[in-house]
Amino acid sequence: MLRFLAARIAMLVAALATAALVIFLVLEILPGDPAAAMLGVSATPETIAALRAELGLDQPAARRFLRWLAGLVTGDLGLSYAYRVPVGGLIGERFGVTLPLAVLAMLLAAGIGIPLGVAAASRANTRLDAVLMGVSQLGLAIPNFWFGLLFVLIFSIGLGWFPSGGFPGWSAGPGPALHALILPALALALPMAAVLARITRSAVIEALGEDYILTARAKGLSRAEALVRHALRNALIPVVTILGLQFSFLLTGTVVVEGVFALPGLGRLLIQAIGGHDLMLIRSLVLMFAGAAMAVNALVDIAYGLLDPRMRPA
Amino acid sequence: MRDPVRHTVFQWGLFRGAFLAILGVAAGISASSPAAAQARDRLTLCQTLEPPILDPTAGAAAAIREVTYDNIFEGLVAFDRDGRIVPRLAERHEVSADGLTWRFFLRRDARFHDGAPFTAADVKFSFERALAPDSKNTQKWIFEPIAAIATPAPDRVEITLKRYTADFLEGLAWGDAVILSEASAARAATEPVGTGPYRFGRWMRGDRLVLERNPAWWGGTPPIREAILRFISDPQAQVAALLAGDCDAHTNIGAQEAVAQLRADPRLVVAIGRTEGETIVAMNNARPPLDDLRVRRAIAMAIDRNLVNEGAISGFGTPIGSHFSPNHPAYLDLTKETPFDPRAAKALLAEAGHPNGFTLALRLPPPAYARRGGEIVAAMLKEIGITARIEPMEWPQWLERVFRNKDYDLTIVAHVEPMDLNIYAREDYYFGYSSPAVKTALAAAKSARSEAERKAAFEAAQRQIAKDQVNVFLFMLPKITVARKGLEGLWPHSPIPAAPIRDLRWN
Repeated sequence: MLRFLAARIAMLVAALATAALVIFLVLEILPGDPAAAMLGVSATPETIAALRAELGLDQPAARRFLRWLAGLVTGDLGLSYAYRVPVGGLIGERFGVTLPLAVLAMLLAAGIGIPLGVAAASRANTRLDAVLMGVSQLGLAIPNFWFGLLFVLIFSIGLGWFPSGGFPGWSAGPGPALHALILPALALALPMAAVLARITRSAVIEALGEDYILTARAKGLSRAEALVRHALRNALIPVVTILGLQFSFLLTGTVVVEGVFALPGLGRLLIQAIGGHDLMLIRSLVLMFAGAAMAVNALVDIAYGLLDPRMRPA
Repeated sequence: MRDPVRHTVFQWGLFRGAFLAILGVAAGISASSPAAAQARDRLTLCQTLEPPILDPTAGAAAAIREVTYDNIFEGLVAFDRDGRIVPRLAERHEVSADGLTWRFFLRRDARFHDGAPFTAADVKFSFERALAPDSKNTQKWIFEPIAAIATPAPDRVEITLKRYTADFLEGLAWGDAVILSEASAARAATEPVGTGPYRFGRWMRGDRLVLERNPAWWGGTPPIREAILRFISDPQAQVAALLAGDCDAHTNIGAQEAVAQLRADPRLVVAIGRTEGETIVAMNNARPPLDDLRVRRAIAMAIDRNLVNEGAISGFGTPIGSHFSPNHPAYLDLTKETPFDPRAAKALLAEAGHPNGFTLALRLPPPAYARRGGEIVAAMLKEIGITARIEPMEWPQWLERVFRNKDYDLTIVAHVEPMDLNIYAREDYYFGYSSPAVKTALAAAKSARSEAERKAAFEAAQRQIAKDQVNVFLFMLPKITVARKGLEGLWPHSPIPAAPIRDLRWN
């Protein structure tokens, strides 16, 4: 198991280093100048050159790349070209919105989706199953931001229970912050819950047909006991895979929902950075997104190993 | 696998209309909902764009001025809501008969937010900083005529000019000419210290910035104690925040199509004003076939600016026929110069040797007026046989390819700076236009000794630019202000990008 872990982590580091190089090169080729983006249409070429020098943009690309790599190791990601504050701090602030939002959405999705899936599987091909699957079909068909708009209409504008958007910050206390995150988290969670419900249902139904369930029942376990102790555990493998994929998607894929709720999250930070050609910020953000996706994949692989010893390499 | 972002963005477009329709219903329900009780000295003012930094002397973004102008920072003089020049840190000034020596008499009761007194040395420092070779000031023309700055007394500044400059004082009212102190200027981007009625409180980037009333301000005590500036870029989210009562006002909403519905809400007041944003279909005058006046005229005659106005910004723009703001006394209405006439346009195109038309690249920056307007313009050009290939791009790419490298045929853009007619005299500007007549007229405006002389020079330049059909002049971008009933003092127009809190009060 230890060798498996070490190999998986070495692979992760190699992939990250490759990603860093590719991201840097692609952004270098992209047309645009951070200094010109900052100074607009009236600035003279000398003024733009002065800002380029101040930002260190007049240095050769190789040197800037090496400085960034060194920064990645030491944790000093440099100053954002547009905001003139440390990139690490900017990303950290936004993490404080996106991460709780993603976790909350995951919990809601799992809390809604998995029980519904199990319920549908245990009553497969009954009227309850048909209704649950019909509802989940609807959840799949409606994109998350549309739920967001609907929630704003009902709960913010109509009932006045929640703010229509914005984020008061954790400094205002966990109450107001969570209050601001509930609607967007729910909007993100519903389509995910629909996917999870369907995956859980088919995985549980498949597991219930396996021989070991018959054995378990023959040993005297009740249907419910066999379902929870044997079928569900095996059915969780595809569910965990989907959850992992969706979590890495949640870190990046919340852009539109962040827009609907005017939340200062990572997705909107990336959009703003692209709008200002803030290469310093874009490259660290993109690498972080890539890194998060890779790390989640690695964790899912490791979780497989824990859930099913057959998947551990010999 | 399908691209989730593109997929959702596409669907977003489909849902927009439906969303706005349902908003009306929700607003009906909400009449009974408890509106957040609002303290009479607090205010949440919503704006579309967030400033990247807070130093107006080191960045071009209009949002920097919308946050800081006459709030945190003050100049010697300022523009008021009507675009008139009014005193600020200079109580009064005198000009020598030859117009070359400006004597400013400074306020003695002004202090910076860090407690340091404001003196003549701060003026000298600020202007010399703007003039320095490593200056990041985006409007260096304001300071360029300065030959010397003397400080005969702590409350006196004497500026000598290299030559007579008619718009020198006007330039000093811009946000780019505000006064910073030497002790704090280096940190102004993130911790601005000015002399204004509000000092920088805190900034949660991406969401809000708080301005606190400056108890030591020389001008007394403005009614609002604390102003929360919230930044909401999504047009639908702006409407939702107004309807939910999360914003007391929005300085310029992007969802023009929601105006009728916001007007119907008895809690809100909508005002349609003007910005200084001349919106044009810019043409690359240096590139064939656009170097032919007949072709440019044909393109202008093929475009119905009222229809573009209607389709792109719900008809709230003010039509223009040259590159000049109707807010200015020297404005000439030249909208009739090139009437919409596709048939005549087609004939003109044939006369220019293009009976079968040609293909042009139409490169569009992100704003809705450009992207929506671009679709309409392309359809209109198709009618006279011109194929416009639409290429949407982000601002940095637009700045590099269209603006700097002049690699374009057509683009749609709003020139938002006030009094920017002088760009038509700039060599190597992205229009690719050069006219001795316009240069002469604009030089005459710069050296005009009287208002009448200056007005005549501006009129001559407007006429020549319209006659040469340098660009297709569409409309002035609107400023659509929405405020909760009882909030007074918002600027209806924006003669300069600004949102002074000192003018606001709850009634």
